[in-house]
Amino acid sequence: MVDLLDKYKPLLERMHAVEQAGSRIGPVNERLLSPTRAIINGRDTILAGTNNYMGVTFERECVEAGKKALEEFGTGTTGSRIANGSYAMHEELERELASFLGMKQCIVFSTGYQANLGMMAGLAGPRDTIFLDADSHSSIYDGCTLSGAKLVRFRHNDPADLDKRLTRMENDGGGRLVVLEGIYSMLGDRAPLAEFVEVKKKHGFQLLVDEAHSFGVLGPNGCGLADEAGLMDEADFIVGTFSKSIGAIGGFGASNHPMFETLRYASKPYMFTASPSPASIATATAAVRLLKREPQRRDRLQANSARLFHGLKGLGLQLGCDTVSPVIAVKCEDETSTLVMWNQLLEAGVYVNIALPPGTPGKLCLLRCSVSAAHTDEEIDRIIALFSSVVASRNRVAAAV
Amino acid sequence: MTPEDKAIFDKLAELLGPFNEKGVELKPETEIAVDLAIDSVSVMDFVMEVEDHFDIDIPLNVLSDTHTMNDLVGVVKARVNKA
Repeated sequence: MVDLLDKYKPLLERMHAVEQAGSRIGPVNERLLSPTRAIINGRDTILAGTNNYMGVTFERECVEAGKKALEEFGTGTTGSRIANGSYAMHEELERELASFLGMKQCIVFSTGYQANLGMMAGLAGPRDTIFLDADSHSSIYDGCTLSGAKLVRFRHNDPADLDKRLTRMENDGGGRLVVLEGIYSMLGDRAPLAEFVEVKKKHGFQLLVDEAHSFGVLGPNGCGLADEAGLMDEADFIVGTFSKSIGAIGGFGASNHPMFETLRYASKPYMFTASPSPASIATATAAVRLLKREPQRRDRLQANSARLFHGLKGLGLQLGCDTVSPVIAVKCEDETSTLVMWNQLLEAGVYVNIALPPGTPGKLCLLRCSVSAAHTDEEIDRIIALFSSVVASRNRVAAAV
Repeated sequence: MTPEDKAIFDKLAELLGPFNEKGVELKPETEIAVDLAIDSVSVMDFVMEVEDHFDIDIPLNVLSDTHTMNDLVGVVKARVNKA
């Protein structure tokens, strides 16, 4: 008999090596002190890798809304949206999001991952072709696979490469969906949307923009990259998540397409899972309203991001991209040194994300920060100081050798 | 192996060079991902180089049935001739 788990032996060895270096991938938050502080390994730690962009997780009105929903509607819905799991509050959140985005329809999914699964698999089928950016998030790849569509991967942020592939696939029959991301989660760079829209005008396809890291963050109305670029009308479908700027759990798809609602009866990741819990929905709704009412949070996030970006750049570190964004990745030399530095940063009091191949583009090893509007200047400066003593000093030593 | 297959095989071997960090000897029956121990993203990056060189598209779903060098020679040949 072949043991199904045998294939993971190399993975297990790799995890053992990580543990030997004194780390545990995914350290435990023993207690949360605020959106930007937690007790990890008994120490007060600055959180700089949580995607909590707007810092809303402890906002009084969000917490109270969650408590009220828990009291009045219970702990869970125990059913799918197409069975017993549709409450008035689910529809209220969908209307609130549609209004925020200025779009006609919105469908809420139970997680951000499922939003991408549900949108890709709902929109495309075996006779269609999906063109996806090479650096797309795993949930996009998995959704594409689930759709059964023909999958064509184009070079990251390269409209000319997409153009070439669309030309090669001309007259292939079936619909064509192009998938981009507002902010790419690993390097923090954005899709050059205006150039992609030129390709759209030339070839004609339907465009989906995953605004997971940019919803609430970019644009004059906080709708994301399409809003920032003034191209909301060109995005046929917008995807987003509640687990970042909204500080809850869940995701959504939105569109002006008159038949969009049909996905509720065609998209299995929407149909065959329990609907989001009342507390999740209530906190998400409260957070969407908060973001609408307090656009200054975006300014604060931008200022904090610029402070960290320029601070780290000033240390001579190689960053993931040249644009200021709340995702700021520091490129490191190899897996071993990245693990050592990540561990040293954690011990010194800052949690950042460690990102290693194959989860990163181009085999990069990254120490990835995500900035919050709730970070204080002192916290940002402390993060920079720790990167200086742990990461930049190591580079100086390496350069001297 | 026909001369056309051999020419495609040799080109694939050349394009695979930068991904073959362990320097595994490439034969028609070599399983690209398993024998070279390269991750899924590297396999897709390698295939992108193949697509660009031959000016063809190899959809990702075709890759799930493509394991060996010989399999890939067959895929490239079919798509080059179709184009």
